[in-house]
Order: sequence, then C-alpha cells, then structure tokens
Amino acid sequence: MNPGKIFKDGLLTNNPVLVQLLGMCSTMAITTSLFNGLGMGLSVTVILCCCNVCISLLRKLIPSTVRIAVYVVIIAGFVTIVDLLLQAFLPALSESLGVFIPLIVVNCIIIGRAEAFASRHSVGEALLDGLAQGLGYTAVLVIMSVVRELLGSGSFGAGVFNGGKGWQLFPAGYACSYLTLPFGGFMTLGCLIALVQFLRSKKGEAEK
Amino acid sequence: MEDRLLVSAPPHVRGGDDTQSIMLRVIIALTPALLVGFWRFGLPTLMITAVSVGSCVFFEWGYRRLARKSCTLGDYSAVVTGLLLSMTLSPAVPLWLPLIGGFFAIVVVKQLYGGLGKNFMNPALAARCFLFSWAALMNSWVSPRGVDAVSSATPLSVMKGMALPAESPMDCFLGLRAGCIGEISAAALLLGGAYLLLTKVIRPHIPLSYLLTVAVLTFLFPRGNERLTWMLYQLLSGGLLLGAVFMATDYVTSPGTDRGRVLYGIGCGVITVVIRYFGSYPEGVSFSILIMNLLVWLLDKWTTPRAFGYKKEANT
Repeated sequence: MNPGKIFKDGLLTNNPVLVQLLGMCSTMAITTSLFNGLGMGLSVTVILCCCNVCISLLRKLIPSTVRIAVYVVIIAGFVTIVDLLLQAFLPALSESLGVFIPLIVVNCIIIGRAEAFASRHSVGEALLDGLAQGLGYTAVLVIMSVVRELLGSGSFGAGVFNGGKGWQLFPAGYACSYLTLPFGGFMTLGCLIALVQFLRSKKGEAEK
Repeated sequence: MEDRLLVSAPPHVRGGDDTQSIMLRVIIALTPALLVGFWRFGLPTLMITAVSVGSCVFFEWGYRRLARKSCTLGDYSAVVTGLLLSMTLSPAVPLWLPLIGGFFAIVVVKQLYGGLGKNFMNPALAARCFLFSWAALMNSWVSPRGVDAVSSATPLSVMKGMALPAESPMDCFLGLRAGCIGEISAAALLLGGAYLLLTKVIRPHIPLSYLLTVAVLTFLFPRGNERLTWMLYQLLSGGLLLGAVFMATDYVTSPGTDRGRVLYGIGCGVITVVIRYFGSYPEGVSFSILIMNLLVWLLDKWTTPRAFGYKKEANT
C-alpha cells in the first residue's frame, strides 16, 4: 500500500471518529477544552503507533485463537507506560484526563487497527497507519475541543497558549455551558460529520 | 408523494384548511395570553416576543435559502414557533437569549431534520430547554405590575417548598402572578384553547387527559391538608395550561390516533407531577412534553387501528 493512501484513509476517507465512529466514549468525554483534546489525541497516537509496530512484528507468532487477548496485553503495556510518563512529566494533563488515559486500553480504535491492519501488514505500513489514524483522531478531537471550549466556556486554548491561561474571548456568563456536557459532544460531532460528508459529496459530484 | 395521494373517482369534498390557515388560527388563539403578558410585564416582553419571532423567521428563511430549498415562510409555522418560544421565557431575560433560542428551534430542531412535519420534538419547547443552559437568566422572575416587590418567586417555586402561594387562586386564574410571559393568565389561555377547539384546530383528547391526570394525581397526593386548593393551584400555576393546550397538541409531535393521544396526555401528566414533586426544577411541563414527544412513534405503533377485514397482526 502506498503511504499517500494510508494517510488519506486515516485523516479523511476512513477517519476513526468521523467514518468508523470508534472511540466515542473518550471523544464525548474529554473534548471540552483544547488542552484535553490535544493531550488525549497525542497520547492515543503514540500508543497506536507503538502497538501497531509491535503487533505487526509479532503477527506471525501470535496464534489466531488467542490474538485478541494478546493484543490487549500489548496495548495495556503501552497505555501503562504513557500513563506513568504523563503522571511524571505532565501532571496537569494527567489530572485533567483522569480515568480516560487508563481507559485507552479498551479504546476500539487501537484494537480495531490491530485486528484490521497491523496483524496483516508489514511493520513500516503498520507504523504509518498508526500515525495516520492517530493524527486523524487527534484532528477531530482538536476541532471538537476548540468548538466546545469556545462556545461552552468562551475561552480558547486554556492550559496551552498564553502561559497556560489561554484567552477568554467573551465572559463565561454568555457561554452555553450545555455544550461542555456529553449532549454538546454529540451535537458537535453530529454537525462535524454532516459537514465533512457534505463537503465530500460535493467534491465527489464535482469530480463526476 | 402527492401523486400517490390522489384518488380517482370524483366528485370530492375539498376542505379549505391548509397549514397557513391552521397556523393563523393558532396565532389568533395565542393573542389573548400574549396581550395579558404585555399588559402585566410591560415593554420588555414586547421586545422579547419581537426578537423571538424575528429570529425564528430569519433563520427559517436563511436556512432554506442556504440549503436551496423552497421558501416556507408562507405557512407561518416559524411565526408560531417564535411566539410560543417567547411565551415560555421569563419576562426578565436579555434579548440575545430568544435570538439563540430561535436559532436552536428552527435550525437544529426543525430544519436539520427536514423541516416542518419531520421534527420529532416541539421546536419551541426544545429551544426553551436548551436555553436552560443559562439557568440563572431563565430563572429570574419579576412581579407583574401592581404588585410591590421587584423580584419575586413564582407560585410553583413556593409550592416546591410545600407551602401554598401568597396569590389567591383567582389571581392565578386572571394572571396576577410572576411567571413566564405567556403562562400567567389561565383565563386567557383557556379562551385561546376554546377558540382552537371550536375551530377544530385541536381535539380535546390531549389537553383533557393531560389536565385530568395532573388534577387527579395532585388531588390524591396533596402536600398539605387542603386537597382541593392544592389541586387548583397546581392546575393554574406554571406552564401547565400553556403546555397542555398549545404545546402538547402540536400535530407533528403528537400521536395520530385518539387512543394514542389519551395515553400521550396521561404520560405528560404523570411526568409533570413527578418532576414537580421530586425533581430539582419546580416545573416539569416542558420536560414532560419533550419526553412524551420521543415516545410518539411507540404510541402510534401500539394504537394503530386494525383495518376492517384484517386480523390483528402479531407485532413483529
């Protein structure tokens, strides 16, 4: 498979969130601020790359009858590494994401890629796929977090920019706090999926 | 779709009703309650209503234009949504709140699902509940003119504390109490309801079963010793009459069979009383109607009448 197609798949045509609708739990729960969204997306990307490489290396050794269990053990190992690293070097992020970092173990994106891609492709392709799918996931989380943070608390980039303070673009009293609830996550994701499908269908029509 | 509904053999009796004439009659029926609101709360309510109607009409026009669909302003449904939305707001809300409400009602609840007839929730009520995101603004009440205090508790929030309100039942009936713009006068709402019934815009099943359920439940389980007074206050306060007459009877979001309508009204009544008694909000009318809106497809499925000559089919 050529790298271009792997990247296009991960970012757009087979995006883990927008098209495969995987990893919904973390998507709804943590996209309330850019800080959380970016942190979660990058953590998952790192874990996804490592797991894909490992599983691809071991793909001829793993007996197919117990493969899911083996995948979970590998994933859990990398999640623990990332969890401990975050606690050591980015305690604020670790605090903010809370239980959702350990829960990456059961994130369907990672187990899905292991089963659908890494277990039947070479190491290089698996690494690229992990990177592409992880960045696709991160991109969606970042867009959703920016929208929900802006409309839901009136700020942009709190914890990331401007020395960690971010910018308060309008007073929080005017912001729609419902958007920071899971309900707002579903609405934002629904609108985003609709928008992307609309743009893609337009492009498809233009190409015809 | 229209082609398939044409039946051949003439002559046919043709009714004059269309969406436009029905919506016009709803607007007429809403007028008395709105006028009482304007009279009791003054100019700000006029502005709120104007912004609410204006934003609903604008977003309906804007969305249909952007999506290159036919312009549907002529059926007046956006005007009705705007009026209903403003009637469910406190007279003290800032003017940008109905603007956002209009956007949510028309674009998110109605047009994104395909426009009038395809929305599964009442747009005005869904927008009101969305606006509870700004709970502090939605729950600040002012007294109607002629009463001394500036800010005031609604009869329902007093009853939440298991006490009877200071206003007499007659005050609540006429509209001399704090509350949302369109809900304060039971008399005006009943007048509008009677007009809708007489002109056959609505049928009595939903309002009657809704109100009776609330009456029976609050009579059987009063909080305090005066059963009858308690029941009377429960019926006359909050948005119960506004909801029962104008919101729950929305054609699009209520069941299509009479048996279904009765069940729907009973469901609304039970949920309203449960929220009023045990919920964290003093009022449960909007939530109860929205919850029952979500169950309409089920009620329709249960109560579909058996066509003559067919055996009852097992539900599959």
